[in-house]
Amino acid sequence: MNISNQEYGELAKRMSPPSAMYKTLPLSFVIGGGICVLGEALLNLYGMLGLSQDDAGALTSMTLIFLSALFTGLKLYDRIAQHAGAGTLVPITGFANSVVSPALDFKSEGYVLGLGAKMFVIAGPVIVYGISASIIYGIIYYITTLF
Amino acid sequence: MEMFTEYLWAFLIGGALCLIGQLLIDLTKLTPARILTAYVVAGVVLGALGLYKPLVDLAGGGATVPLTGFGYLLSKGVREAVDQNGLLGVFMGGFTSAAVGISAAIFFGLLAALAFKSGSKINET
Amino acid sequence: MPVCRGKTFKYEKASILSYAAVVGKAESDGPYGGEFDEVLEDNKDSAETWEQAEALLQSKALKHAMGKAELKPEDMDLLVAGDLLNQCTGSSYGLKDYYIPFLGIYGACSTFAEGLLLAGAMVNGGYVGNAAAVTSSHFSSAERQFRFPLNYGGVRTPTAQWTATAAGAAIVVPESKPPYIRAATVGKIQDMGITDLNNMGAAMAGAAYDTISRHFTHMGTHPESYDLIITGDLGQVGSDILSDLFRRDGVSIDKYHKDCGLMLYDREKQDVHAGGSGCGCSASMMCGHFLKRIECGDLKRVLFCATGALMSPTMVQQGGSIPGICHAVEITAK
Repeated sequence: MNISNQEYGELAKRMSPPSAMYKTLPLSFVIGGGICVLGEALLNLYGMLGLSQDDAGALTSMTLIFLSALFTGLKLYDRIAQHAGAGTLVPITGFANSVVSPALDFKSEGYVLGLGAKMFVIAGPVIVYGISASIIYGIIYYITTLF
Repeated sequence: MEMFTEYLWAFLIGGALCLIGQLLIDLTKLTPARILTAYVVAGVVLGALGLYKPLVDLAGGGATVPLTGFGYLLSKGVREAVDQNGLLGVFMGGFTSAAVGISAAIFFGLLAALAFKSGSKINET
Repeated sequence: MPVCRGKTFKYEKASILSYAAVVGKAESDGPYGGEFDEVLEDNKDSAETWEQAEALLQSKALKHAMGKAELKPEDMDLLVAGDLLNQCTGSSYGLKDYYIPFLGIYGACSTFAEGLLLAGAMVNGGYVGNAAAVTSSHFSSAERQFRFPLNYGGVRTPTAQWTATAAGAAIVVPESKPPYIRAATVGKIQDMGITDLNNMGAAMAGAAYDTISRHFTHMGTHPESYDLIITGDLGQVGSDILSDLFRRDGVSIDKYHKDCGLMLYDREKQDVHAGGSGCGCSASMMCGHFLKRIECGDLKRVLFCATGALMSPTMVQQGGSIPGICHAVEITAK
């Protein structure tokens, strides 16, 4: 080779186009914000139906997750995500998509070892580290209540 | 008018949280799965420090729909459980507060996987 | 030019008797869509799963190539085939029913050139009366094995490439008829230290430069000696790096260089980012387009250099880099 690996790495970096941030940033903002507005509207709707704030919140999450599962099954979620980027990743719908899509995809390897076992192949770490963080916080909080 | 500002805040705060995620995608090598994990843990930490509650009061769905809101919910749940059940609550609160979200994702995921076929990605712009 | 060992093979009697390409929908919508022998309906046809669909692609490509040469499975001496999937699933399952002696090979996306140069060597050496090189890739099966579930909304970076749903088959015989396989250089593994899974072009461009410049040295040729230098699937990023590496030697290949990954799709209308990739990308462009043009004499001398990223997802997760490889096969009309 006529080039060192370090120099090659710099060359590769120079030749690699950056993301078109003038497009990705506004799209993620608008679509992500839009999903949140839908969430807010659902919260208000369930509130008007007489649910408590916590119950309305839970039902809102459930509704959004249901919609995300439906859109993933209809192959629409990943098509929107191509343009929305983090706008469809960060909301709870993105979490649902990361659970539904492997389940759908690995169904071909069977209902137990495929669908069942692979369901949390992407979302697993979210639960592992989310729950663990909450436990660590719980221990700290418990200690503070002792005094 | 009050209705309108409420939705405006939901849009702005929710959009901003997504925008931060997009910046992480575009400017760093973080993969989507890592970003999701970071968001949930960040939500737990911000919730524990009492910094996320004001955001929820201000933006409603704008703060609870993004995954940081899921983390906030975990921290809120664990605090309430510790208040009620003491040390045992440490191991109850997280899953109790996350129960609806996780159960819904599992069950609707199962339904969707049963009802639909996996499809080819379409590469039209 | 670098110092190099590892001879370039010369072939006396190795001709490509027939060839065929089968592709998926996105590929048939591309600029060369009309030149392929068959399009797999819905990227799946009768197959139940994506892995079965890839096997079907390969089976169909060989069927078409044999049909054009009026050969039956019992007339065939050897298959040299491979693909991207673990255990070369596409080849093993797609070609099992032909009951033809089979050599499975793995060269990532360089497999078609590897197959051609091995088939040519076996024919030229007189061990077999004919040998077919077959390879395939399928977007959905590759995505499942190497990346994410199909309907996951993860974001593709601008340097990512689109795995082609395509297969190609070529039957090599000792009889004298164009296109001729004239020479071949076996690539060396080149690890340029690239660790980004979404930048295969950069991982392979160094290997392409190494093999092509060694081929030039051994043959005493230069870019002007060829009508075209066809790389497999460097894509936009890899092609730009390759051009830059040759410019450092004072050589310009831009006028003669074509990359199958940049040709298979309409990059304006199809969202394939840096271009196409996969074994089937170069195999289908060669078997669907270029070999025809060489056979009719439109192209006189071509250097076909299929590039492969010898990537192991496990090693990359462990922090390792992505080695690249490139095999060059010189194909002529006379």
